[in-house]
Amino acid sequence: MSDTAVAHGHDHAHDHDHDHDHDHKPTGFRRWFMSTNHKDIGTLYLIFSLTMLFLGGAMALVIRAELFQPGLQFVDPHFFNQMTTMHALIMVFGAVMPGFVGFANWMVPLMVGAPDMALPRMNNWSFWILPFAFSILLLSFFVPGGAPAAGWTLYAPLTVQGGMSVDMAIVAIHMMGISSIMGAINIIVTTLNMRAPGMTLMKMPMFVWTWLITAFLLIAVMPVFAGAVTMLLTDRHFGTAFFNPAGGGDPVLFQHIFWFFGHPEVYIMILPAFGIISQIIPTFARKPLFGYSSMVFATAAIAFLSFIVWAHHMFTVGMPLQGELFFMYATMLISVPTGVKVFNWVTTMWRGSMTFETPMLYAIGVVFLFTMGGLSGLMLAITPADFQYHDTYFVVAHFHYVLFSGAVMAMMGGTFYWLPKWCGHMYNETLGKWHFWLTTIFFNITFFPQHFLGLAGMPRRYADYPIQFTEFNQWSTVGAFGLGISQLLFVYIIVSTVRGGKKATTEVWDNPEGLEWTVPSPAPFHTFDEPPVVK
Amino acid sequence: MASHSPEHYKTHYYVPDSSVYPFVSSIALFFIALGGASLVNGYAIGPKMMTIGGIGLASLLFIWFRRVIAESPDYNMDVDKSFRMGMAWFIFSEVMFFAAFFGALYYLRNLAVPWLAETELLWPGFEAMWPSSGPLGAQIVTNGVPSATEISEATKYGLIDPLHLPLYNTLILLTSSVTLTISHHALRASNRAQTIIWLAITVALGVWFLALQVTEYIEAYQQLGLTLGTGVYGSTFFMLTGFHGFHVTLGAFILFIVLLRCMKGHFTPERHFVFEAGAWYWHFVDVVWVGLFIFVYIL
Ligand code: HEM
Ligand SMILES: [Cu+2]
Repeated sequence: MSDTAVAHGHDHAHDHDHDHDHDHKPTGFRRWFMSTNHKDIGTLYLIFSLTMLFLGGAMALVIRAELFQPGLQFVDPHFFNQMTTMHALIMVFGAVMPGFVGFANWMVPLMVGAPDMALPRMNNWSFWILPFAFSILLLSFFVPGGAPAAGWTLYAPLTVQGGMSVDMAIVAIHMMGISSIMGAINIIVTTLNMRAPGMTLMKMPMFVWTWLITAFLLIAVMPVFAGAVTMLLTDRHFGTAFFNPAGGGDPVLFQHIFWFFGHPEVYIMILPAFGIISQIIPTFARKPLFGYSSMVFATAAIAFLSFIVWAHHMFTVGMPLQGELFFMYATMLISVPTGVKVFNWVTTMWRGSMTFETPMLYAIGVVFLFTMGGLSGLMLAITPADFQYHDTYFVVAHFHYVLFSGAVMAMMGGTFYWLPKWCGHMYNETLGKWHFWLTTIFFNITFFPQHFLGLAGMPRRYADYPIQFTEFNQWSTVGAFGLGISQLLFVYIIVSTVRGGKKATTEVWDNPEGLEWTVPSPAPFHTFDEPPVVK
Repeated sequence: MASHSPEHYKTHYYVPDSSVYPFVSSIALFFIALGGASLVNGYAIGPKMMTIGGIGLASLLFIWFRRVIAESPDYNMDVDKSFRMGMAWFIFSEVMFFAAFFGALYYLRNLAVPWLAETELLWPGFEAMWPSSGPLGAQIVTNGVPSATEISEATKYGLIDPLHLPLYNTLILLTSSVTLTISHHALRASNRAQTIIWLAITVALGVWFLALQVTEYIEAYQQLGLTLGTGVYGSTFFMLTGFHGFHVTLGAFILFIVLLRCMKGHFTPERHFVFEAGAWYWHFVDVVWVGLFIFVYIL
């Protein structure tokens, strides 16, 4: 924009026009409900995600409170099951996925040098569908029978028998699917079509690469999930027999379709986190990312493999032996590209002149803790071992190591990393570090004991347990409340940084790489109206 | 942003002004979804909500697309390309939606039914074959063990002859893809009359296809006793052909709008994104049909 203004400097009317554009951000309803601006929509996504994080977190605390002691203290088992189900649905579809889309909205156009997302109105639609979808999901608490209680995996036949809440979950999932698919199309088109001159594919920042591949996964599997819940709906109400053996159907079919979606889904939730980590580490190691192209190919390999491992979630369901073996080996294969990534991150840090600002602490924390989740995943991938671990707290520990200390903590790190660019102020470094350490320590207190619980045989999704599991559960509950309360600090830091604080410079950090660090902080309402040239 | 001169947009990507359409469309979607969930649970408010939402969404999309058409002179080739890519990826998502149902068909036919027959515990005497309604259609047994007559009632059904209506429909759809391509070539050659005629023929073929499909459904329900509830065969048959029919309806509607716009002279040989988008969509439903014809009707 300023370039044009310079070029047309003699033309006063025109000049005025530009200034007008610059200053005149829309306000109120027009700005926040009618936006076509990738930054505002990104902000909306991020706020939505944080809200859902707290809502889902509150449900998790209900679960942990009940499990503090054996026996039933606070809630009845049916409500407990509603909590586990809704907690997971809200965290997966409300907190993690929209959170990453928020990052993509803010950063992808800035990183590739585009004036906005390719399809700005559709972008806003993708966002606004979500609050309505989640309203429906949450309203299901108030229908007869309460919210869905069959687990976030919605397995038939339990969900074929459930009450109206299952239908509400189904239509809500359809809406979330529409939102995700439109969002993903937007991201793909923006990256493939709107890159600044000179920004070749192999020069794109890793975050953009990981999102490009994530978007591909989303478009490939969200419709499959839509198909699965559609079959569920027709089995429930229109007499079809997909999951009903009396009509020749099979409930296991639901599991296959669900996990064909579900496993790529877990990569949808982790690849953008890999992207964020790959942005942060080079900045604070003051070295370019080690093995950039191997990183790109590893991401693509993970995406490809994620389509052929789904049945590792179903080892105990009774598959033919060849199936068990195939899915075991294929699953183990995924650790190879994943290992490549971890290797590259560590090597990037090797002999770097490292400093440990909050984003870097998060990045290192994620590399370390995510890897632990990867290792427990490998244990679960061993079919005969999984016969023992399946549906125990070991699985719960595994997926919280990859999802909380992978996906969610990467988003926290990303927030500290880019917040100065978003709002123009530096956050308070001391508070940031406090937040990191509180989160990390309480996270581990919460979830590490769950490995032992699982190995000792405590099943997941029950409101009660035998007394020998008490001690570990109490650790876990104490940790969970600490973890929950620590997040208030996160909100405090964000709010106070947005309100004021030290002015952030254009570069924010010490000579970071990427186009986002060439625009002022806070990033102006419109950026790159004139595409930058990348050399 | 959108307040620039047309000259500006020759070299700059069009970023639209703020707009209320997406927000209101989301409300409409909310009504449709919640209405749907209420409807299947027998709440009288369901259909009303769906009607409000449906009308709302349809009107909004109408206004929205009209706005896009009005803006389209300001779209440069980059914007055009974004639209194309967007449409291509949307079609990919549709392919995956159908893939879920084809996958279910494969699994049910080749694995679920044979396994059910092997398991003598559940339904002794049930034999694996395809088509299969399963041991008992989809009827859920509420009063103890069903009698032999009940079972034979629930599992009696006839089959659609693939070489009759389905074959005609295959020929109709394949022809329509050809006529559509002719129309497209005419458009490229600036031959408006030919464009319109061939496009009109395409739409007519689409409607004819749908009419035959409806005839087939009526025959299935009334004469053959083949329904959505005829076990896994009925389920896969009607869900696959039903969703396909729905997509043909949508495709024919898109092409019909394109036809009206051709008549108004909206397109140039270079710029006619919607025409191509509609055409891609049409070829896509065509390909799905070929899959259906082979895997659902013939095999
Ligand atoms: C090194 C790579 C990984 C391997 C080998 C692996 C393996 C597995 C296996 C075998 C299971 C099934 C356990 C059971 O139910 O018995 C599982 C469950 C799960 N994994 Fe992973 N995993 C890996 C990475 C991830 C990542 C990156 C995520 C997400 C970010 C993830 C999320 C989950 C979730 C959510 C479940 C539980 C789903 C449920 O039953 O509710 N995993 N994993
Ligand atoms: Cu998996």
